[in-house]
Amino acid sequence: MKAIVNVFLKPGVLDSQGKAVHHALDSLHFDAVKDVRVGKQIVLELDETDKEKAMADVTKMCEELLANTVIEDYTIELV
Amino acid sequence: MKVSILQFPGTNCEYDTEYAFKKLGCDTEIVWHKAKSLPNDTDLLVVAGGFSYGDYLRSGAIAKFSPVMKAVAAYADKGGKVLGICNGFQVLTEARLLPGALKRNEGLHFISKHHHLKVENNDNIFLEKLNKGDVVNIPIAHHDGNYYIDEAGLAELEANGQILLRYSDENGNIKNPNGSVESIAGVCNKNKNIFGLMPHPERAMEAVLGSDDGVAMLQGFVESC
Repeated sequence: MKAIVNVFLKPGVLDSQGKAVHHALDSLHFDAVKDVRVGKQIVLELDETDKEKAMADVTKMCEELLANTVIEDYTIELV
Repeated sequence: MKVSILQFPGTNCEYDTEYAFKKLGCDTEIVWHKAKSLPNDTDLLVVAGGFSYGDYLRSGAIAKFSPVMKAVAAYADKGGKVLGICNGFQVLTEARLLPGALKRNEGLHFISKHHHLKVENNDNIFLEKLNKGDVVNIPIAHHDGNYYIDEAGLAELEANGQILLRYSDENGNIKNPNGSVESIAGVCNKNKNIFGLMPHPERAMEAVLGSDDGVAMLQGFVESC
């Protein structure tokens, strides 16, 4: 199974990259864009069939390494 | 006095740090990150600057799991003095030995230049040779130096006198190069034995190279050990 982890800066923590991308989209006249957040995606190939166990493991990975929970939130999707 | 200096793959300020402390009369030893213990006679441990593990994932995120970091945490826990410079500061925040986190600079650019800093608190061994309000000229060189801490954390830093330095102009007026919360350039822990800052005092040891203001900063450690 695969785990797809998305890591983003928490709401309220200024995302300078998102802001820069937003400015660039503005200058290309994509006027409908209200906000941009830039994050990162980490795809893990897991040797695990138990979804619950996989979710617990990946959560631990996020807490310990993949995200810095002082400034970042994460989401986990198992596929 | 013995200064031990950590070296990870990608660290590049360990020899400048060694030069700075040797100039102040200290013995130094560079400690490879795979060491399981620190030299017994360590009086000060410096986590030197650079790009540990290529800054992959986040600056300092992978270095915090190096074998030596367990010994660093135990040393700090017993009251041992620790100084993290630049990437060393990032490593110490990632390891939760110091509060807050370092984000990408607000302007997204790598900044490398001399910058003035204002001394905010000197009731600690690091800055005791300086006066509150003093302005020093110290180089900065970082991409991820934008210090972040939430409001509750900031209030705690202020209440405990844990803010060491703020970025300023030459007259001590706040001037923020990278978007740091409250223009913070360096902090310490509550017990005031762990220090972290983004600027590089070890690069300000010779007037002929632009500034020797780093001498007064590092001297505090030398005289307290």
